[in-house]
Amino acid sequence: MGKVVVVTSGKGGVGKTTSSAALGAALAQNGEKVVVVDFDVGLRNLDLVMGAERRVVYDLVNVIQGEAKLSQALIRDKRLETLYLLPASQTRDKDNLTPEGVEKVIAALQNAFDWVICDSPAGIERGATLAMRHADIAIVVTNPEVSSVRDSDRIIGLLDSKTLKAENGERMEKHLLLTRYDPVRAERGDMLKVDDVLEILSIPLMGIIPESADVLRASNVGSPVTLADNRSAPALAYFEAARRLKGEALPITIPGEKRSFLGKIFGRKAA
Amino acid sequence: MNLFRLFSRTQSAPAARERLQVLLAHERASAGDSDLVTKLRDEILQAISKHMQIDDDKVRVTMERGPQVSTLAVDIEIPFDAKKAA
Repeated sequence: MGKVVVVTSGKGGVGKTTSSAALGAALAQNGEKVVVVDFDVGLRNLDLVMGAERRVVYDLVNVIQGEAKLSQALIRDKRLETLYLLPASQTRDKDNLTPEGVEKVIAALQNAFDWVICDSPAGIERGATLAMRHADIAIVVTNPEVSSVRDSDRIIGLLDSKTLKAENGERMEKHLLLTRYDPVRAERGDMLKVDDVLEILSIPLMGIIPESADVLRASNVGSPVTLADNRSAPALAYFEAARRLKGEALPITIPGEKRSFLGKIFGRKAA
Repeated sequence: MNLFRLFSRTQSAPAARERLQVLLAHERASAGDSDLVTKLRDEILQAISKHMQIDDDKVRVTMERGPQVSTLAVDIEIPFDAKKAA
């Protein structure tokens, strides 16, 4: 039985899709069989970020409505043999996602894959609650910014009340993924520090993804950042996060800490 | 660029942190209410839709808790030709 992971956030644009693709690719690079499912019906983007936009024939809604088999809708990544994508529909009404249909698809994916990563739409509406409903593990993606932190708090509340785990009286495993972190601005006192966000949200930290031009560069060319340049700072951070997702107890390294100017220049080659 | 401003500028992160702590303490305290409001909204909607056709999105239920008095406001927009009787 594969693990079902939901990548979620309250606020839009914090990096859910980027993170889903990057973590999925990172796990697949370690030989795990991974499927990344785009739940953002109406505004699909995962296919684009993963560079599969021209290969989409059938999508999640087609499968749920019985118009296509699951195997027809799954797209295998061209670079990684064990990475698959289940795209969302661009045009269909998001109401086509039924709770029963979602349950069936997730159950089928769980049987075939080690990891089912659900890229949730932002917010607290039906699409988001459906995406998180069957999750074993939730990754809450947050920017060090007030509106993002506040909305994350709300999502954490939903994870504890509106999921199957919560209804069965079990504890939902929640992790914080802090993205777009800029250590220089945090040090200067103009960005919330990691500890501030952790203290406010009080869920365990899974990783800190530094603000980096590499993230945009990767999405420009349609490649998960962990595949595009696996030595870049955000890629390394995502690899570490993926290992923590698998249960490894790695110490957290806060990016930019104790790194001299020269270290920054030469650090990459040495890494 | 004003150099003086650069040096005298106060840090903004502590303000963010403080505002969030105050806000979230408040929001978490009333989190139970939001569930109640949702339930009320659904039941009010059910009751009214027995007698007339109303739009799901045109119903707003808000609850405000004060130290002495709490208010429950129900705001329903009824379309012009809503006369469907159950």
